[in-house]
Amino acid sequence: MIRVELPAHLRTLARVTGEVEVNVAGTATVSAVLDALEERHPALRGTIRDQVTHMRRPFVRFFVCGEDWSHEGADVPLPDAVARGDEPLLVVGAIAGG
Amino acid sequence: MSKVRVLVGTRKGAFTLTADGKREHWEIRGPHFAGWEIYHVKGSPVDPDRLYASQSSGWFGQIVQSSHDGGQTWEPAGNKFVYDGVPGTHQWYDGTPHPWEFKRVWHFEPSLTDADTVYAGVEDAAIFRSTDAGQTWQELPGLRGHGSGPHWQPGAGGMCLHTIILDPNDPQRMFIAISAAGAFRTDDGGATWRPINRGLRSKQIPDEDAEVGHCVHRIAMHKQRPAVLFMQKHWDVMRSDNAGDSWTEVSGNLPTDFGFAIDVHAHEPETIYVVPIKSDSEHFPLEGKLRVYRSRTGGNEWEPLTAGLPQRDCYVNVLRDAMAVDTLDGCGVYFGTTGGQLYVSSNAGDTWAPIVHDLPAVLSVEVQTLP
Repeated sequence: MIRVELPAHLRTLARVTGEVEVNVAGTATVSAVLDALEERHPALRGTIRDQVTHMRRPFVRFFVCGEDWSHEGADVPLPDAVARGDEPLLVVGAIAGG
Repeated sequence: MSKVRVLVGTRKGAFTLTADGKREHWEIRGPHFAGWEIYHVKGSPVDPDRLYASQSSGWFGQIVQSSHDGGQTWEPAGNKFVYDGVPGTHQWYDGTPHPWEFKRVWHFEPSLTDADTVYAGVEDAAIFRSTDAGQTWQELPGLRGHGSGPHWQPGAGGMCLHTIILDPNDPQRMFIAISAAGAFRTDDGGATWRPINRGLRSKQIPDEDAEVGHCVHRIAMHKQRPAVLFMQKHWDVMRSDNAGDSWTEVSGNLPTDFGFAIDVHAHEPETIYVVPIKSDSEHFPLEGKLRVYRSRTGGNEWEPLTAGLPQRDCYVNVLRDAMAVDTLDGCGVYFGTTGGQLYVSSNAGDTWAPIVHDLPAVLSVEVQTLP
């Protein structure tokens, strides 16, 4: 079970409160986690990554275990602590005005 | 008694406002989708409880919401807008080629005959159609394929397709407008398009009479006379009596002919409304006075409408999709401001009153007249 923490607007859109938990078959990667997340919550499609290219949206960042994971490859295995569910994958909206 | 439902899109959510035919006491619901930009909300003329809302943010992109109960509940619909084929390039602000990139939906136009069919005008400019109530979207590629696409360029708000008008007498005919490319018309259901900008003159482009490149802000039509179009261009208020084949200026005695919104009285096809804005560098009313101007002669002769509107220290803007009319007797006229005020006139503009003062900046206003 992998824990994902979403920003407030996406929690509202997905109609969830608190963290989301998803199951990933095989190696836990950002790509695999987002696949599972979007399968479970279709309203999130296109909000974190492009629906065609799967590129991360420019104002969205990923953090894991206190590190910026935004620029790691989407298929790089996530740390064991995230794969085990000890630590969440944080999906964060970049800080900007408005 | 009939009632009206006003659909308001703002910078921070959507609102629905309802009243009976007197339009004096309003119930305000919202914000729906709080914190998101709602560029447009519009209902189906076939099934007025079927609504479509464009919800977007710079962070999380485009969401399409639909309602089957007049906005009481909403469900996300499809939000996958993919240009047909290789998108190619348009002009960037500095004239260099820039790749076509989808950013958001500016305007929804539900079909006049099928509640499941809806058109979407998007930025970067293109028109999409859904025939399954917004679940999936397909571009009508003939518009960008017209050939002039590489010469289109963004206006200050982006390169947006902001106006879609369906001809009530001819299901094959549609009009669209793009800032800053101009107006286009299809006579074959969207397969092919041609620019309809003859007579427009725009000093900000190198060739003032160019076929494309004009910053059309808004077009309005009276459904009983679909060959007559009225246009608020960047500068100039224009009129066409031949479905856009040619345009003549009808700015007449307006104190400034810059503006965004334009609309037509529901029962008087020659009565039109604009909100003059000082200039393209000062997006607020002249002299701090918020004035709607009405022409009862289809243009050229205009009268200021001021009763109930602030006549000092007012520096708001009225955006292109932020004016609408109802179809009750007397014709209600509505507009929203970037200051968050929503005004209504229940007597065709003679007097005005605010429905609400302090919404977020208003991006769009639509009105439904309900039984």
